[in-house]
Amino acid sequence: MRSQIKFKALIAVVLPLTFILNCSSSNEGTDWQLIWSDEFDGATGASLDQSKWNFEIGRGQNGWGNNELQYYTDRTENAALDGEGNLVITAREESFEGANYTSSRITTQDKLEITYGRIEARIKTPFGQGLWPAFWLLGTSNSGEIWPQIGEIDVMELRGQQPTKIASTVHGPGYSAGNGISGDYNLTNSRFDTEFHVFAAEWFTDKIDFYVDGFLHHTVTKEQIENAGNEWVYNDPFFVILNVAVGGNYVGSPNQSTRFPQSMTIDYVRIYSE
Amino acid sequence: MNTITTKIMTKVIFSGLLLILITTGCERSVDGLEEADLSNNPNVFVDGFSGGLEYAVFQGAVLNAFQVDTEVTSDGTGSSMRFAVPDVNDPTGSYAGGTFFTTTPRDLSEYNALTFYAKATESVPLGVIGFGNDLDQNKFTAEVTDFRANTNWKKYIIPIPDASKLTSEKGMFFYSFGPIDGKGYTVWIDEVKFEFLGTIGQPRFEMLNGEDQTTNTFTGVTTSLSGLNSIYNLADGTDQSVSSAAAYFEFTSSNTSTAEVDALGNILVGAQGSAVITASVGGIDADGSLTVESRGTFISAPTPTRDAANVISVFSDAYDNVDVDYYNGFFNGDGQTTQGGTGTGGADLIVDGNGVINYTQLNFVGIGMFDSVPSIDATEMTHFHVDIKVNEAVQSGDFIRLLLLNSVGDGETSGSFTISSSILLQDSWLGLDIPLSSFTGLSDRSEIGLIFFVSDNTVSNIFVDNIYFFKN
Repeated sequence: MRSQIKFKALIAVVLPLTFILNCSSSNEGTDWQLIWSDEFDGATGASLDQSKWNFEIGRGQNGWGNNELQYYTDRTENAALDGEGNLVITAREESFEGANYTSSRITTQDKLEITYGRIEARIKTPFGQGLWPAFWLLGTSNSGEIWPQIGEIDVMELRGQQPTKIASTVHGPGYSAGNGISGDYNLTNSRFDTEFHVFAAEWFTDKIDFYVDGFLHHTVTKEQIENAGNEWVYNDPFFVILNVAVGGNYVGSPNQSTRFPQSMTIDYVRIYSE
Repeated sequence: MNTITTKIMTKVIFSGLLLILITTGCERSVDGLEEADLSNNPNVFVDGFSGGLEYAVFQGAVLNAFQVDTEVTSDGTGSSMRFAVPDVNDPTGSYAGGTFFTTTPRDLSEYNALTFYAKATESVPLGVIGFGNDLDQNKFTAEVTDFRANTNWKKYIIPIPDASKLTSEKGMFFYSFGPIDGKGYTVWIDEVKFEFLGTIGQPRFEMLNGEDQTTNTFTGVTTSLSGLNSIYNLADGTDQSVSSAAAYFEFTSSNTSTAEVDALGNILVGAQGSAVITASVGGIDADGSLTVESRGTFISAPTPTRDAANVISVFSDAYDNVDVDYYNGFFNGDGQTTQGGTGTGGADLIVDGNGVINYTQLNFVGIGMFDSVPSIDATEMTHFHVDIKVNEAVQSGDFIRLLLLNSVGDGETSGSFTISSSILLQDSWLGLDIPLSSFTGLSDRSEIGLIFFVSDNTVSNIFVDNIYFFKN
């Protein structure tokens, strides 16, 4: 009996807490206006709207800098609409151009570039050891700078072997790769690969807030970066990237338990400005 | 499984009762005319017995291996279940095992897992733990073998293969723990309950452990499907495989005139032809399949007619057979390749009720009667009988040598008789009555413990039936 009383007491404490956090979690007073979106409506098997998206092809340098194992293609086998209002990026285990896996990586570079705003997507991730889906932004290299000086905002990345956890991270000069400023978000009674979840970053002149399903779970401020002696590199245009990597430093390689093909399903990408 | 029921409901736990009352109060339909819904009480043993829960010990298990423990609990409150596993040769029982069940069924269809906490006196594999054992048909059993436990409390999860089928279930929890390396140990289990965990996902199902197999068989043969598993991915990214009863699965035959399959995965082979048996669970196709190639009518070996009083039978449906350790010793370390002899009572094929051994990839194979059963005293016997059918072309140089071993491993003697290619018959039964005096070298036949079939790969696929000694 004692344990039940404790349990009730715990609920009584937790519920108001959640309520309070939810209330404080939207940047109230910000009037977001939708300026760009892709709802991925279209026929089953159709490719992307190329007025909005680019495919990045191949293996990049050193597996896109992370020793990733896949070859990115623009084939509909790797990226296509499902006819139900979603884009599906599919990682496959197959020999292709010297790689053992194929997948897709798409960007809005030169087609949608924004500075500040709300960047949001509704996504269901793949799962399994060695799968690495991501929804993120990179700064343009318009002024000739290179990574990490251009800045990187990872709204969502997930290790397939941890299907209940995502990370949101910013990378810049002096705080990149393993030293990125990162926050994890754990689901306690759901998974990212079995249901859709909404991932968003709200990017202001002096901070970036990261949300999962409307819950503010991570904030990075200009003050915090400058106090650490580093540079806030988030005042220039960025573009959106969606990809599913296979293997690489962040996740390790697939193993016997990994089931292929694996898909990331994206219901929409929406960009808002103030 | 036979059981001895012992009711342990002297202590009715108040909290459990309270929970039921509250739940049914909320669920009851307004008009009051419908049949009252079954309880959906998720609790099995949470700090104590839940309402209506009873306990029965499995046959051969230690009667009092299970006790309620108020000292050791996972959360410091109430009580836990303590299971004392016996040492080997314990006169009170060879293992700890039993089932917790309700007399009134519960509706578990809104949950997706049975969860519990467990720890043990040392690092051990936890034998078998599951649910669905209702002491009746055990229709919806689901079990996990060898969960690892150690001295720390840890939460364990058994995903329900397809909860939509558990609308009326009595089997809440069962266990079977045996000695390890001859030694007993103690296991504590607590907080046993059904839950809906949103962190379980990505179901996958298997028949034949996910393999695509083919069986060459005959009209009238019955066989059943094994290797039925449900595999769910857990929150920590690991897969949990659950051995699942056939009733969770739907089975389909691509050609019912060649093979019919019933709801429990029993297959009856029909007319000559080919059929593929597949399975699904809740609309998800299972991995694995069985291709049934029916060759039509099976010609059985002639049924033996000798008086049972003059026969010591090793493998025959015409007689009571002696106890046998195995019909295939799998001496793989000695280079054995032979498969077969592994079905019920050694029969790989049961045609209209008559069992037949099918040795394939034969080089040599032994039938053992010396390890845990008495050897055969054939002193009074005069002949050895066997029926053999060679399922391939017989070529010059082919042979099958029969080898009898007496006093295996202890003053062992042996004698052999070779059936040459001129005697062997392709696709027809060959019945042999071989005088025991023809087994050269067999000086003593009072403790025959091994019967070998040796072909050195010259003959690789044979049917065998009616292996017995007789007195003429």
